[in-house]
Amino acid sequence: MTAAQTALDRVTRVPGVRGALVASAGDGLVVAEQLMDGVDGRAAAALAGSLVGRLVRTADGAGRRPPAFVQLRAERGSILAAPCPNDLVLIAVVGPDANVGLARLEMLDAAGRLD
Amino acid sequence: MTEDIRTLTTRLAEEPGSLAFLELAEALRRRGQLEAAGKVARGGLSKYPGLADAHDLMARILSDQGDLAGAFDAWADALRIDPMRTGALKGIAFLYFRAGQADAAIEHLQRAAEADPDDESIAQALVKVRRESRSVSHRTVEPAAGPEPAAATDPASAPASSPAPSPVPSPLPDAAEPGSPFAEMDGGRSLVLVDANGLRLAGSLPSPSGEETGDRVAAQLAGVSREAARATRLLGLGTWQSITLESSDGHFVLVRPTGETVLLAAREQSLPMARVVLLAERAARAAKQWLEQVR
Repeated sequence: MTAAQTALDRVTRVPGVRGALVASAGDGLVVAEQLMDGVDGRAAAALAGSLVGRLVRTADGAGRRPPAFVQLRAERGSILAAPCPNDLVLIAVVGPDANVGLARLEMLDAAGRLD
Repeated sequence: MTEDIRTLTTRLAEEPGSLAFLELAEALRRRGQLEAAGKVARGGLSKYPGLADAHDLMARILSDQGDLAGAFDAWADALRIDPMRTGALKGIAFLYFRAGQADAAIEHLQRAAEADPDDESIAQALVKVRRESRSVSHRTVEPAAGPEPAAATDPASAPASSPAPSPVPSPLPDAAEPGSPFAEMDGGRSLVLVDANGLRLAGSLPSPSGEETGDRVAAQLAGVSREAARATRLLGLGTWQSITLESSDGHFVLVRPTGETVLLAAREQSLPMARVVLLAERAARAAKQWLEQVR
């Protein structure tokens, strides 16, 4: 099993996580994915990747270090993202009742291992 | 039944929870099968009530069916979810134009042009509406009607019972306007209110070295609301509510006081993120009240 698959395995085991994927932050291409039916991986990768890129620039503009974790919270769930080394980003789509705290910890740990 | 409609029908039957209803209803609408298109769109809307695409599609179908008040409501719903959705802005502009409300039509087209400057059809529509508007004002003795939809010249085709969609962004406040919306909030530091064009409306954001970064950050946040709305819409998550960023030297929270503004709250990393979210929500309420005063 590749490092990316191992990372996805850990994240998708968290209750409420509908899917996770590793994508290239620069162009939004999916490197690996584990998604439930109905979750559009390519859209998630492209949109989350673009948003994370903008937020990295925002943090830079504010004179701060780049974000290690991002949560986009919506009415019926959240998109979580953890930038990784090598221009990758680990993304998870979670439902409204997901254990976001646990998903965050798993993602931060997994992102650090995706070197 | 054409091949594409058969394929889409099969896909929707196999994946009833998918977004295939959008393509199928649109294909039916284009073929003039409006009743079937409406049925498919309504079915999809019941599963995705927070999806602006679905409301936009429903509005187009209702418009084709001649139910203009219904179309207005559906486009207004789409704009509540995604305030910069050009399809809905153009649709509502069309309805206002038909109802004789040229000013309101122009306002909506201008917002659409801001959202999608590359769409030539919007620029063309603006030229046409302005030209027609001038021609009407020369022909009439009375001044143009007010902005209320109820004052439409043709009640049968006007969305008279519908509420107006979200307002057009107002100009920036000037020195004569009320002070900072955050003056009484935790010293008002590290809170920035930004308009849809990436301009700072209020607040300040000093960097750790003390340099003011509010304008630079505001510029980066132009369009972030639209981008977040697109992401949550396409993933079926509904309207976005907040964005939190954790970095090793700070916690940031972005919220949306109104459809056209975003507010950024920044705090040291030692303050728990959940507390920064509460602070941002409080600041958003203050910003909303302040915007109502200065408009």
